[in-house]
Amino acid sequence: MEKVYARTKGIQADMVDGFCPGCMHSTLCKLIGEVLEEMGMLGKTAAVFGVGCSGLAMGYVTYDYYLGPHGRACAVATGVKRCNPDTLVFTYQGDGDLASIGLAETMSAANRGENVSVIFINNGIYGMTGGQMAPTTLVGMKATTAPKGRDPKEHGYPMHVCELLNQLTAPYYLERTSCNTPGNVAKTKAAIKKAFQNQLDGKGFSLVEVVTSCPTNWGMSALEALDFLEEKMLGEFPLGVIRDKDKEVE
Amino acid sequence: MARKFMKGCEAIAEAAVRSGCRFFAGYPITPQNEIPEYMARRLPEVGGHFVQGESEVASINMVYGAAGSGTRAMTSSSSCGISLMSEGISFAASARVPLVYVNVQRGGPGIGAIQPAQQDYAQATKASGNGGFKMMVLAPSTVQEAVDMTYAAFDYAQRDRNPVLVLADGVLGTIMEPVELPEMRSEEEVKALKAATRSWAPVGHDSTVEPRAFVDAGRWSTKEQEQVCVRAEQMYADWEKDIQVETMYLDDAELVLTSYGICGRIARSAVRLLREEGYKVGLIRPKTVLPFPTSTYTGLDFSRVKNILDVEMSIPALMVEDVKAAVKDRCAVHTCCHAGGEIMGRDEVIQAAKAIMNR
Amino acid sequence: MERNLMVAGFGGQGVMLLGKLLSYAACESTDKNVTFFPSYGAEQRGGTANCYVVISDEEVGAPLGDQMDDLIVMNDPSLNKFLYKLVPGGTLFINSSIVTTEITREDVKVVRVPVTEMALEMKNPKVLNIIMLGAYVGYTEVVPPEVVKDTIAKQLGKKPAMVPVNMEAFEKGLAIGREARA
Repeated sequence: MEKVYARTKGIQADMVDGFCPGCMHSTLCKLIGEVLEEMGMLGKTAAVFGVGCSGLAMGYVTYDYYLGPHGRACAVATGVKRCNPDTLVFTYQGDGDLASIGLAETMSAANRGENVSVIFINNGIYGMTGGQMAPTTLVGMKATTAPKGRDPKEHGYPMHVCELLNQLTAPYYLERTSCNTPGNVAKTKAAIKKAFQNQLDGKGFSLVEVVTSCPTNWGMSALEALDFLEEKMLGEFPLGVIRDKDKEVE
Repeated sequence: MARKFMKGCEAIAEAAVRSGCRFFAGYPITPQNEIPEYMARRLPEVGGHFVQGESEVASINMVYGAAGSGTRAMTSSSSCGISLMSEGISFAASARVPLVYVNVQRGGPGIGAIQPAQQDYAQATKASGNGGFKMMVLAPSTVQEAVDMTYAAFDYAQRDRNPVLVLADGVLGTIMEPVELPEMRSEEEVKALKAATRSWAPVGHDSTVEPRAFVDAGRWSTKEQEQVCVRAEQMYADWEKDIQVETMYLDDAELVLTSYGICGRIARSAVRLLREEGYKVGLIRPKTVLPFPTSTYTGLDFSRVKNILDVEMSIPALMVEDVKAAVKDRCAVHTCCHAGGEIMGRDEVIQAAKAIMNR
Repeated sequence: MERNLMVAGFGGQGVMLLGKLLSYAACESTDKNVTFFPSYGAEQRGGTANCYVVISDEEVGAPLGDQMDDLIVMNDPSLNKFLYKLVPGGTLFINSSIVTTEITREDVKVVRVPVTEMALEMKNPKVLNIIMLGAYVGYTEVVPPEVVKDTIAKQLGKKPAMVPVNMEAFEKGLAIGREARA
């Protein structure tokens, strides 16, 4: 019989991941594994995982990795990449890790134009610690630390990371995608591939923000969460290429 | 070998480069700015990398990444800046990252004073971060010792896969003294040192032909995490052989001065002058404050040694706790201290010693 | 044998360079131990500046001695603040152009050098520290003048045009120092 699909070698064989039903980390682990495999880079890669649910991925993937302190992935990646220019170095961070505790490291690595790739998973909530408010939590959205919902008077507004980084001159490529439909999954994969290829080509800092769901901490079923993502999250975080210096050349 | 007249900070930086350091990240803070400034000039000359971190927090984590990838890497800071690095240092200890860092101590607590002090002894030797780990802590008292210890620190770090701290202070960082620099490791040697880390350094391993590599500061299994602690404890016990201590006149001393780092040399000089005046004083100067030379104290003849005078630029004195733990009430322990950036004078050490001996 | 020098003045008077040049020269011309300690403050400009130089046969103990064998003061505040540090029989070098306070101690030798005026006469107010260095070396002979001149030339390597005026300044100070000793 013809084999039409095989699990990527980027994920450990016979591994059953522990992500919640409807969580898109499993999709992203698969996409990254596929991209690395297609690029022939599985054995030449080092991931730097953030702390939070994103960090759970380290137990499932097959490539080298670092787990440093919460929020410092872009700093760790800086040290790794500078000393190992031939290694593909990417960070994999959630919104609390990248945009709250690690915002300084993210901004500064982007501002230096570090030749690394950043995969930023934005689901608007803290997952592993149990549903606390994130910098990207939507206005009115409930969190265990904002029980009445995010109130701009007290908490301000959701942070737009791609737009924030777009104020800097150095970043090469910034795109926001999602994994809520087959079409968007394909776009996410293409964006990840582009971010990695940019690095191999020495173009500098690339960031792919993936808007995802967290059914568990949003208090919804997986399907309800998909609707919420489509209706609310993507309204606040519109998808698309925010910057691509490849397109600015002409 | 030719003597070179060098500033402490610059000599430390050069020694690091000669030992094979090829990555440095750091953030400005007085009185250690000459280390990053020197590295910014020097590292590109040897194919290394310098990054001015956006903070001490970022800097230690850049070094975590660099040293975690098997490149000899270092950062430096001073007191309150070192506090900001605590988390990264703890992670390095947990993940077995062989980084080297230098604390050019200044007055504290808090932002304290930019002038020299020794108020971080407890932080350095007891809890440089969460989790109860230990590191070798080398305490130079001259620019030459700072050079030799920095050079050796990278070898200890790589041997143990554990962070190593060079505990200096604002005097040592800013004074200039003649030094003999150790030999520069060749590019081949530096490459070989990095190649030796390949089995554990995550720089890209094909997991279909060899185990993947990871630098991970935590374990999912509590049993595994406990094993990490058990193995580390065995390593700490092995450091007994690495103890370095300078002693003077312990065969007939009745009063023993004890001190480390900058105060250690002041105390040594005081001992010499007191001896010229006929006072039976001796010296114990720990050069490694971790591992601490406990047996040098326990080996004293307490029928003769009635008093110990601990000299520190810290109020309260901090090393004195280790001294007291070693001598266990077998003799009186006194202190002669300054803090907050006030520098210890030799005369006051001499006066303090005489006050005890003339009692 | 250990010799302690303290140099004190305003920031901008070249106090640190004076101490550093002397230390370099001592390091290069002898096997002795030399320690140069620049006492530092938070300000980048102005304020007070002082440094310590210890030249010793033995390993240097205290980089910042309690008592000075020699004291160079470039301004009044430094004189008032540090005169007590000078050992009985020690030598005080003062910038007599601007230090007007009467010297209250009779147990010390005083070498007066009007370095500010002399530097202005040379139309180069910056060389006052080099004149004082010359006077100190001329009086104490702690290092051979030729070695100090070599050191000055080497340290000014990036500004060769400045070498002649600094040599002249050093020689002028040297003559005053030697005369005071005689």
